[in-house]
Amino acid sequence: MTEKLCALQEAVARFVPDGASVALGLQLESMIPFAAGHEIIRQGKRDLALVGPISDILLDQLIGAGCAKRVTAAWVGNVMMGSAYNFRRAIEDGIPHAVEMVDHTNFTLALALHAGALGVPFLPTYTAGGSSVIARNPGLAEFEAPFTGEKMQAVRAISPDVTIVQAQRSDASGNAHVWGNLGVLPDAVHAAKHVIVVAEEIVSAKVIASDPNRTVIPGFLVSAVAEVPFGAHPSPVQGYYNRDNEYFGEYHKATRTRAQFERWLKEWVTCLKGREEYLSRLGNDRVQSLKVRKHAWSARADFGN
Amino acid sequence: MVATAAREIRDGDVVFVGMRLPLIAFVVAKHTHAPDAVGVFENGILRSTPARELLFTMSDGPNITGALSCLSMLECMALLQRGRVSLGFLGAAEVDRRGNLNSTEVRDASGKAIRLPGSGGACDIAALAKRFVALLDHQRFRLPEKVHYVTSPGFGPWRAGRLAQGGPAAVITTKAVLRFSAGGEAYLHSYHPGTTVQDVLANTGWDLQVSPEVRETKPPTRQELRAIRAYDRDGFWTR
Repeated sequence: MTEKLCALQEAVARFVPDGASVALGLQLESMIPFAAGHEIIRQGKRDLALVGPISDILLDQLIGAGCAKRVTAAWVGNVMMGSAYNFRRAIEDGIPHAVEMVDHTNFTLALALHAGALGVPFLPTYTAGGSSVIARNPGLAEFEAPFTGEKMQAVRAISPDVTIVQAQRSDASGNAHVWGNLGVLPDAVHAAKHVIVVAEEIVSAKVIASDPNRTVIPGFLVSAVAEVPFGAHPSPVQGYYNRDNEYFGEYHKATRTRAQFERWLKEWVTCLKGREEYLSRLGNDRVQSLKVRKHAWSARADFGN
Repeated sequence: MVATAAREIRDGDVVFVGMRLPLIAFVVAKHTHAPDAVGVFENGILRSTPARELLFTMSDGPNITGALSCLSMLECMALLQRGRVSLGFLGAAEVDRRGNLNSTEVRDASGKAIRLPGSGGACDIAALAKRFVALLDHQRFRLPEKVHYVTSPGFGPWRAGRLAQGGPAAVITTKAVLRFSAGGEAYLHSYHPGTTVQDVLANTGWDLQVSPEVRETKPPTRQELRAIRAYDRDGFWTR
């Protein structure tokens, strides 16, 4: 088995080159790889084509930091608070620079990644009929279905250069367990050329092999694995910590103007070396208060024969 | 508005629950008249019991603990496209007279484009659920004759073939409930306590038809209010 375990800095430096298409935030509002996103910002990556259904405020941060050339997404904002200001500034006024927006719906984005995972150029669907989304997305086209003659939409495949996933636990080879809502994670992993796994904890191969149904990410598709506890904060990771709702409210208030955002970015990202410094800035009390309050273990399953 | 929205859920419905306010409407319905409704969340969650704690997003811990099933988005969207979702709920920034919703881009008074977050799953819910209900903050500029970006399709020539199965059943605003004629045009069905037909018409951007049987919206029952307050204790969603 190849050892893929490395520091997050190294994983981002090696597998997220300037100009790459990067899929992240695949489980919607949970398990968003904020630590990896912040590392992308610190390394000053440019011209990225960001792909994700929602990604909550991580997309807004990457756009505000000037990392994005294009955003291919269904929804960009702050889920709890509404709009996100960097996204608005970039699209409306080209601040800090213009960003191309490719509108998707959640379903069409899921289908695009599924097509990528299947290795086919497109997939058909009924969704988006009658909507303006088709006009804003060159990867959607109406066509006449064979066999039935119905009008349908073709959704063009997306195969990201790199998919970044947050996992609960992984072994050193990138075989990773994920539980809770999966969003578009399985297809984004299978469609990508490279996969970076950011795990809450690295465990032995034996632990992962004990429960193969939970191994959503097979290690042979993975290029790098990094262990980053609390790597998804302020988004939640089931069984590890809850959502830091206040942080989303604070971010909303602290990023209304460009100058405010620049201060925020310095304080929370560029002045910090990595996740450990981020967590000390957050403070131990706050970190502890987010941890699981009441455990809910699943029953054991017998994989014996 | 939340109580009225919850009443749209029939017992046994399979409900596609969108982000924000619909999250609480589903919980209220489960606690009152629709204990057998099943919730489908686009992040991949199916739930047959209401979440125990207030949700700010559908992916919060309490929505996963005790879920019926945790799947992928594709599997939830498949239920929707396959015609197994009886009702979908969504919010919007603008709604027009044909029930088209816009949550992608509006214009300010000077005509400049203001970018909003976008569809998420809203377009999919509107296109593919057997009926959908939209929630809206009732202001004149939010109810234009025609939205200039159709994020989520209402009634129009596209309601043929597979899409003929669906369309808007109601628009629940902070002032009123609008429903739709057989021809696919919105009309005023009821106005909420504290407002009037005239007030609703004055705050709607087209010549809104009024049902001959127009009446006041039934106020929330004590049971509904109890369910809302027990769940949203600090009034984050319902203040």
